[in-house]
Amino acid sequence: MNNLEIGPILRALMRNKVGAALIAIQIAFTMTIIVNAISIIQERDRLMARESGLDEANSFYIDSNGFTEDFNTQVSITEDLDRIRRLPGVISAVQTNAIPMSGSGWSMSLQIEPGAELDGTDAAVYMVDENGIETMDLELLAGENFSPTDVRWRLPSQSDWPDKAIITQAMAEALFPDLGWQQAVGKTIYIQSDEPIIISGIVDKLQAPWVGWSSLELSVLTPEHPLFGSARYLIRTEPGMLDRVMPNVEELLVSTNPDRIVRNLTSMEDRRVESYREHGAMITMLKLIMLVLTLVTALGIVGLASFSVNRRKKQIGIRRALGATQSAILRHFMVENFLISTIGVLLGAALAVGLNIVLVNQFSLTPIDWYLVPAGMITLWIVGQLAVYGPARRAATIPPATATRTV
Amino acid sequence: MFSYYLKLATISIRRNPILTALMILAIALGIGACMTTITVNYVMSSDPIPQKSDQLHYVQVDNWDPNNPANSDGSPPDQITYTEAINFMRDKKAFRQSAIASSSGVVNPPGAETKPFMSQIRIVYSDFFPMFEIPFLYGSGWPDSVDENKELVVVLSRQTNDQVFGGEDSVDRTLEILGREFRVVGVLDDYFPVPRFYDVTVGALNKPEDLYMPFSLKEELELSPNGNVNCWKSPEGEGFKAFLQSECINYQMWVELPTESDKREYEDYLYNYVTEQKALGRFPRPMNNRLPNVMEWMEDQQVVEDDAQILLWLSFMFLAVCLLNTIGLLLAKFVSRSAEIGLRRAVGASKQDLFIQHLVETGVIGIGGGVLGLLIALLGLEGIKMLYGDIPESLVQLDLTMMVVALVLALTASMLAGLYPTWRACSIAPASQLKSQ
Repeated sequence: MNNLEIGPILRALMRNKVGAALIAIQIAFTMTIIVNAISIIQERDRLMARESGLDEANSFYIDSNGFTEDFNTQVSITEDLDRIRRLPGVISAVQTNAIPMSGSGWSMSLQIEPGAELDGTDAAVYMVDENGIETMDLELLAGENFSPTDVRWRLPSQSDWPDKAIITQAMAEALFPDLGWQQAVGKTIYIQSDEPIIISGIVDKLQAPWVGWSSLELSVLTPEHPLFGSARYLIRTEPGMLDRVMPNVEELLVSTNPDRIVRNLTSMEDRRVESYREHGAMITMLKLIMLVLTLVTALGIVGLASFSVNRRKKQIGIRRALGATQSAILRHFMVENFLISTIGVLLGAALAVGLNIVLVNQFSLTPIDWYLVPAGMITLWIVGQLAVYGPARRAATIPPATATRTV
Repeated sequence: MFSYYLKLATISIRRNPILTALMILAIALGIGACMTTITVNYVMSSDPIPQKSDQLHYVQVDNWDPNNPANSDGSPPDQITYTEAINFMRDKKAFRQSAIASSSGVVNPPGAETKPFMSQIRIVYSDFFPMFEIPFLYGSGWPDSVDENKELVVVLSRQTNDQVFGGEDSVDRTLEILGREFRVVGVLDDYFPVPRFYDVTVGALNKPEDLYMPFSLKEELELSPNGNVNCWKSPEGEGFKAFLQSECINYQMWVELPTESDKREYEDYLYNYVTEQKALGRFPRPMNNRLPNVMEWMEDQQVVEDDAQILLWLSFMFLAVCLLNTIGLLLAKFVSRSAEIGLRRAVGASKQDLFIQHLVETGVIGIGGGVLGLLIALLGLEGIKMLYGDIPESLVQLDLTMMVVALVLALTASMLAGLYPTWRACSIAPASQLKSQ
């Protein structure tokens, strides 16, 4: 401890309190922002890492809208699916009312006892035929898939429901928290308060279409073809075939019936980027802010340290003349910076937690993980030491002869 | 004297170019970050129709489930049912009023060159156009009689008119929409309010629709419901008519009430209306009517994105760091000039002279930082546009007000930053500095 010469350094520091305080506050603010920015980035990264359940790398969707009076949607869907499924490179295809991450779909409330006065559990509804499971890359954990005879045509204003459904494991757990999810197969649940549906199967994972929804994992598959004027097809291709199959499907739909508009050809990977665009943008901006801020603070330290070296040239020369080694001078500035940084990061730790509490209350962000605070402290200590190293090096090279000159 | 100080400032800046550049850059980065986030927040929270936003009111009544409130905070649903839309429009108790909703449909343009396309449709009543003062390029909205007679007329957005009719005056031309022949009565001029206040239920930054047609066609043409459809109980019976008569909400209602007493009268009307409906067995929840004006409604719907606000906070802290930086550097610079200051004091310059001289120097740095900061803000807004893709142009444009704000902010901030170092420099006793010479 003795050869760190903390005593003299502190006394020298006290002669320039304001300069030291400015750097300390700067470091504190920088740390506050960096720690909170990293916490927000972590939160967004976690959101974006959630899987939809689909084979995203090899899936895409496309819409077909018939617009003439005599356009027969039902015939068109049957023919389209038949043709798409026979295309080379296509593993499976399905017509559905909703697509994960697309932001539009249906939700219905399901309950385990009938009755309008009872609370239900909201779930996203995916209307699919017997190819739904394979197209969506779902794993059937229990029960069985729909058979072709289960699948019905659903008219635009039809309000009743098929008598069976496949639900996700998360949905089974939400409906029957006391039973194991495996027990849910064969149970009757109620939609629209009192219409019974039997759970015929349980699949591993399928996200609801709304990425910001609180019950994202709660989904239900019903065996039906929605006849809503617009038909949306989800198509899964063999690995690596996506780029070749996408234009083929579009061409196929356009050429087989001119009385329709074919649009929204989108790969699931593009869909993901689009759906999480604001989170991606936020992450980029926060990273930029962190980078620039650290640079500004580092440059500020360099500037102030340089001045402090210039001002103390004569004293440094005297110390050298009295026998201080170059490394003693270097050490002086490094230790000085370390002491200032310490005050800064301690203050920064308090401010970071304070700002986080405000953000959590105001914008319901998640609280910071505890380790971010020490990590931020260490980072800023290192930044300070790196920034001061240059000026300190120059101070160390000041020749002892300087002491003999007057100015 | 001022020009002399300016000259001194330039000399001083030239003597320490790197240090000065560092200060200007620090201020510029702080100002740039702040201006970028201020602009986005300012546009999002700006009044989209300032001339009458306090006279336009959004109508909310509570038709929801007796067992569960529509919103956990107890506020009524954010939309109304078709039944209410029709009844409010039948009673016409406000100066102007329009129920509105969104829909979509295929447009089949005349001629073979333009292919049929899917269009976003807004269905409105005749008052919609004068009430929101929507600008027309050609023609106008439609008279009340069109709503009553359910005539097939359409108003096109400027973009749609460009796409279908090549930008010509298309009034009285016909256009096939949803398989029917519609007569064009008007073409809008550029119109993109931010936030799109008349309907924020599916996003406050969405584009206005491509076409506007009479609300009264909804039932006959079975116009598809777009936007959010929420039902607390399912329709009784099958078919489109049952859906319209259900308790499903998908419609918005706006009224123009020029005076406070008009507003009170409309509140009374709503009270009586809900009481009547209760007698008919609807509206099982307690009376919960609201009549927010435009800005109150924007506040309620939280149209300013959380992320924009978080970035605003962070950028102000960022500016604070940049200013601390500048204070430190100025301090170092001025103090290192002690000898020179001592000399000037000794030959007769007063403290005040020196104070002004140093403030001028600080001001020059501040203005430099402000101008560079504006450039950085422009870059920042360009970056935001790239990151977010499809967002309204007005959200990422620096207008004159913002530019003035930026310069004033930069100047004030740098002056404040310069105060302490300047004071320190001025309080140097001349004798102490001259001695060592």
